Amino acid sequence: MTKQDALFQYCLRLGDDALILGHRLAELCSRGPFLEEDLAQTNIALDLTGRAQLYFQYAADLEGRGQTADGLVYRRPERQIYNHLLCEQPNTDFAYVIARQLLFSAFDRFLLEDLCTSKDERLVEIAAKALKETRYHLAHASDWVYRLGLGTGESHRRMQQALNDLWPYTGELFEIDDVGLHLLEAGIAADLHTIRALWTPEIRQMLQKAGFEQPADDYMHTGGLKGIHSEHLGHMLSEMQYLVRAYPEATW
Amino acid sequence: MDTQLALWEVFVQSKPGQPYKHAGSVHASDKQMALQNARDVYTRRGEASGLWVVRAADIAASDLADSDMFFEPANDKIYRHPTFYEIPAGAKNI
Repeated sequence: MTKQDALFQYCLRLGDDALILGHRLAELCSRGPFLEEDLAQTNIALDLTGRAQLYFQYAADLEGRGQTADGLVYRRPERQIYNHLLCEQPNTDFAYVIARQLLFSAFDRFLLEDLCTSKDERLVEIAAKALKETRYHLAHASDWVYRLGLGTGESHRRMQQALNDLWPYTGELFEIDDVGLHLLEAGIAADLHTIRALWTPEIRQMLQKAGFEQPADDYMHTGGLKGIHSEHLGHMLSEMQYLVRAYPEATW
Repeated sequence: MDTQLALWEVFVQSKPGQPYKHAGSVHASDKQMALQNARDVYTRRGEASGLWVVRAADIAASDLADSDMFFEPANDKIYRHPTFYEIPAGAKNI
């Protein structure tokens, strides 16, 4: 594997996390629990979609061959999409939306902080911009975790349920394969061991402060890095890619 | 029944040093949420450098019925208006 191939793959992964979670949040547009929260969630969706564009543009430039960011979004099949499975989990209820955002944004913040010192200048640029947004996403999610945890019996129960259900998707965030290892040695990729050591106590502390039980660390789902997904991604893609696939020459 | 969260009034400062101007209102259960909602509703196109949020219930407002008593007496006294001197060239924000 050349450094260029690894970096291309790495950009796709970073982009896919942002794209898929952004798309999930965009599904909440006009369906938020109330107007202000609806706008908040769509703002986060737009932040994520915006940075996905930057990652994919970089990936497209690395690949050459006239590839575009749009092409990478609309023309890759499910097996060539590499987001973490956490990002594609559905908006089951508001507690799931918040739990997913908390678990991911806490991870993403440490990841982006690490990427700000990467040896790859373009990743540094993207990370520095995205980090500001992600700090806000995390603040927004963690405030809700406290409200729901210390709110009513029902809010507490639903949030605990969401945390328990999504926890088995968190192990995958820290998986390292050849791509990650190759780029870590080159000083480009973020160090997931270090990030795990920061993320774990931070999340534990937040959950404790909000009165939640720490979900058990047993079975962990995996597959995203290899393009093997839960049953949810195919449905998302069929909606997201429908127009371009049905009308390949369409412009708008 | 009104099931909305409490009403907060939002004041936006467009640049450092400028006064905070009323922009509108948001619903929120606490200060943090009110600030975040105000940020998302009124500043998402980057038009702000500061935000205040105030519980609408905590604002004391003049009564429309008192308008005559409150505001009328000032209207016919031209000497109250600072219109008799020139604003120096270069003075901003007066």
